[in-house]
Amino acid sequence: MSNTNRTLLSDPMDDNNPITVQVLGICSALAITVQLKAALVMSISVMAVMAASNVIISMLRDLIPNRIRIIVQLVVVASLVALVDQVLRAYAYDISKELSIFIGLIITNCIVMGRLEAFALGNGVWRSFLDGIGNAVGYGFILILVAFFRELLGSGNLLGYQVIPDFVYEMGYENNGLMLLSPMALITVGIIIWIQRSRNRKLIEN
Amino acid sequence: MIDYANLFIKSIFIENMIFAYFLGMCSYLAMSKTIKTSVGLGFAVIFVLTITVPLNFLIDKYLLQAGALSWVGPKYAELNLDFLSFIMFIAVIASMVQLVEMIVEKFSPALYAALGIFLPLIAVNCAILGGSLFMQIKYFSGITESAIYGFSSGIGWLLAIVAIAAIREKIAYSNVPAPLKGLGITFIICGLMAFGFMSFMGIKI
Repeated sequence: MSNTNRTLLSDPMDDNNPITVQVLGICSALAITVQLKAALVMSISVMAVMAASNVIISMLRDLIPNRIRIIVQLVVVASLVALVDQVLRAYAYDISKELSIFIGLIITNCIVMGRLEAFALGNGVWRSFLDGIGNAVGYGFILILVAFFRELLGSGNLLGYQVIPDFVYEMGYENNGLMLLSPMALITVGIIIWIQRSRNRKLIEN
Repeated sequence: MIDYANLFIKSIFIENMIFAYFLGMCSYLAMSKTIKTSVGLGFAVIFVLTITVPLNFLIDKYLLQAGALSWVGPKYAELNLDFLSFIMFIAVIASMVQLVEMIVEKFSPALYAALGIFLPLIAVNCAILGGSLFMQIKYFSGITESAIYGFSSGIGWLLAIVAIAAIREKIAYSNVPAPLKGLGITFIICGLMAFGFMSFMGIKI
């Protein structure tokens, strides 16, 4: 694998993270991070949709008239999302109920559309595939990080299993119910951005 | 009548699109740098939501739901085209946005100048598709109800974006730690505002 292809995969993890740097796909990132399990399923779904849609649009890129490209992209993405939705309903019904409308909202998830516009329309199939995977991993990474802290601090569980031992509770430790409320998702992402930019100072805005 | 008023208040404050469900966050963060653009985008969202939610309601009710096609003939009564709803909704939204853009351009150049650049963005705003998807799981009884839902959710979105734009204009003058500047502080302010909006949650109307 050549160097440029490797940066396609590694860049979205830090320097060009879709959530904290490109500010794409925030909606779902915040709404479904109460539990780690939902965040995992969401990341996998987004990865499947992004990789497939990037490949399809990249293959069609010379055929799509410029004026109607948004509608073509939306139709491709919407069909892929409908597919993912049906698979989830068949094999993971509980999770799909829990994610409710947010699976459908992958269609308008700006990461998918943003990468199609910015990358897949101008690059080859293999590079677009790598870009899709890379960005989906970068997105999933933040999603899982936020969900990890929210579930751990908010309910003392991880993936539904209790991880904080009972004697800690007996010593007077309490779960922080605040972490389960929606505003804490915003604040957690804010703090992640803060930490990332203190480490990586070239990302600081003026 | 009182039900409609309740739905109106509830969709604006208690189930605010931004603060309760985080819908339309991307354009919310990207376009809230000045009050002027945020007002323009906010009105465009109200406009499109008020049109697309009732339209998608009709499509859902008479084409997609289980048994919705029974008006065509008894043979079709068993069909359930639910799985097509994503594609249908997004197609309706994308084409309505295009149509609205053309109509506004033709009949009201002044309004077009104000809303024009925002309209194409709106097709991919989560709040619009989210409005239709929520409409689908809320089982509204009629077209008026869904129109009120669309309209009031749009107002809630407008309120949220104008409020954050006002704060962001002021915060430019304060001394924020460098790594937190811009995006970071906006997230945190937005979180604090969401706490504020949570105080409406207990209200039973």
